[in-house]
Amino acid sequence: MSAVTTSFPNTAAGWQLPSRGKVAMAGLIIAESAIFTIFVVAYLFYLGKSLTGPTPREVLETPIFYTICLLSSSLTIHFAAKFLARGIGFAFLGFWLLTIALGGLFLYGTAEEWHRLIYAHGLTISTNLFGTTYYSLVGLHGFHVTAGLIMLLTVAVLGLCGRVGMKQSGHIEVLSMYWHFVDAVWVVVFTVVYVLGR
Amino acid sequence: MSSNAITIPGTQIQTRPWVDELHEWLTTVDHKRLGILYILSALLFLVIGGVEALVMRIQLMHAHNNFVSPEVFNRMFTMHGTTMIFFVAMPVLFGFANYLVPLMIGARDMAFPRLNAFSFWLSFLGGLLLYFSFLGGSGLYGAGSAPDVGWWSYAPLGARAFSPGHSSDYWTLALLVSGFGSIGTAINIIATIVSLRCPGMKISRMPLLVWLNLVMAGMVLIAITPLSAAQIMLLIDRYLGGHFFDTQAGGSAVLWMHFFWIFGHPEVYVLIIPCFAFMSEIIPVFSRKPIFGYPVMVGATVCIAFVSMSVWAHHMFTIGMNSYANSFFTLTTMAVGVPTGIKIFNWIGTMWGGKIQFKTPMLFSIGFLFQFLIAGLTGIMLACSPFDWQLSLSYFVVAHFHYVIVGGILFALFAAFYYWYPKMTGRMLSERLGKWHFWLFLIGFHLTFDVMHIPGVLGMPRRIYTYEPGRGWDTLNLIISIGAFIQAIAILVFVANLIISYFKGARAANDPWDAWTLEWSISSPPPAYNFATVPTVSSRRPLWDLKHPEDPDSRYE
Repeated sequence: MSAVTTSFPNTAAGWQLPSRGKVAMAGLIIAESAIFTIFVVAYLFYLGKSLTGPTPREVLETPIFYTICLLSSSLTIHFAAKFLARGIGFAFLGFWLLTIALGGLFLYGTAEEWHRLIYAHGLTISTNLFGTTYYSLVGLHGFHVTAGLIMLLTVAVLGLCGRVGMKQSGHIEVLSMYWHFVDAVWVVVFTVVYVLGR
Repeated sequence: MSSNAITIPGTQIQTRPWVDELHEWLTTVDHKRLGILYILSALLFLVIGGVEALVMRIQLMHAHNNFVSPEVFNRMFTMHGTTMIFFVAMPVLFGFANYLVPLMIGARDMAFPRLNAFSFWLSFLGGLLLYFSFLGGSGLYGAGSAPDVGWWSYAPLGARAFSPGHSSDYWTLALLVSGFGSIGTAINIIATIVSLRCPGMKISRMPLLVWLNLVMAGMVLIAITPLSAAQIMLLIDRYLGGHFFDTQAGGSAVLWMHFFWIFGHPEVYVLIIPCFAFMSEIIPVFSRKPIFGYPVMVGATVCIAFVSMSVWAHHMFTIGMNSYANSFFTLTTMAVGVPTGIKIFNWIGTMWGGKIQFKTPMLFSIGFLFQFLIAGLTGIMLACSPFDWQLSLSYFVVAHFHYVIVGGILFALFAAFYYWYPKMTGRMLSERLGKWHFWLFLIGFHLTFDVMHIPGVLGMPRRIYTYEPGRGWDTLNLIISIGAFIQAIAILVFVANLIISYFKGARAANDPWDAWTLEWSISSPPPAYNFATVPTVSSRRPLWDLKHPEDPDSRYE
């Protein structure tokens, strides 16, 4: 091969790099995973070390229905993003609103559980180690769901105003990456708190 | 107000109202300006942290000194450590990364310019928040007091009972806020490097500085976040009555230590890897040879990043872990020495047979090589857990990590300042003042930190505000303090050089060092848009290819 012809590659045309939005979201997910890992470690480390009650076995009930809600919202947001990429606006909006409803239902489930724990069982964040670690871990996840819902609602409002089209497909995919992450974290939290922790 | 300057030619054409200028700097999203802001804020905090160090050295100059009270002494070492790590070292390295990475990969700006500005202001305001504790630490009713529980704020010292008032809250919030800034910058650096490289810049052709900053940013994502998580837990303990680190309710003080050091040890590598990056750019240029063993350098860096994640508990040998944990952390800590040694050999291999030019950046680089080697050797000594049981929490440890941070990181940073200052300002730094700076700082550094090992071996514990005469520590401490003041004078020479050269320095050409990376292909200082045409790259040394079309590097890749 002669060096001159091969020294300058076929410039911008063949030069493809990953989208910066997706790379950045992947970075954020790695960072968030590390934060959650620390909280999960603290939860596991303090299992059974509370000096006073109530214990997880006494008061926790497995939130199967709300878990199904959150996990299926991953599916609906996936469909929404796919429909948007194909330019089918009303299907996108439908699935998007369904995602919000499922996420909202999950948050309601958390609220209901906390209400029960606080008023029926007297468990608050300062009651014992279980309370401290439980409310921090589940609360941190709930905070991420809430942040996600605010972003989803913003998109929904823009979508209802007709401002979300195929051009925004990339942004929507980045947002759906975040939502999938929030769901995946719940799988871990669910396993740790409701399966292993009892 | 600004229209005057435009409408009346001949009068005050150059002078824009300083308010406009200031407004532009405060609202900028340009990576070059943000880089400079990062560096300037770090220099400000460097001077503050340096003054705190001097206060401690005056206090320890002779036995039974009464220069400051024990309480003030505690605040000084807490603020000195926190400031130097979070508000000097991190910002200055992020500043260089911000400035250099887009220029080196031929990009217009960082991937997310506004996130970049947001991250900078988080980190800077975090620093201000920390220092506001001097005024507001005890709340409105009392006199202020800065945090005084050490830069790692071991439990239960950080709890309400032992840190009443708000001093620890300012510390926690400052670290949390600046930590979020660091995460934002790290994400930005990664997205920039992955997604904005100019055509032809394959990852195997990226300058080593870019490679190493990519690794550093990846480490920030995993290493800074545990600290943020632990700070959130501490806030829950302090404000919501949680029990994470409350031993009376079954909580564990040791867990805080683990969380802190899972951050704390990788942090050292977060700081040193960008310094390796400076070395990998500066040593080849001043040895007039390409870097020796480019792929091995990348591999060794990634290896360091991985191994350094599993060494944190070597900071905790004295808390009484079981023998398996002790052996594990001794072994992993020693293992880090292997890739680090590879890097040192590669830099020496680069210099070997080269036409070495002893300009100021190269002097600091050579200083770095020797001092970092010695710092690594005392590190290996402390990695042996039995040795550590004897000397942990003594001045030997203080001497060791200052050898890393001052002898390693700060020397590399000075090299970077002298090397890239012409690019950033368009003026050369004075070589004469630079040599004064180098030799004064070298002498001061060795006087302080070589000698500091000895009182440590003689049993002088760290963090004591005074000591008894006649233990053999007196003369040594006096020498250490004298060295500290020589370093302070050297820093003054440096700052004077920065200021004088900015106004009176020789004009810098585009490429004053005859270097090989893309930032030297554009004017000094670079235009706002960086590159008039997007460059295309076909080797690791694009400027060499341009200057030597008869023998381009691309022929050998």
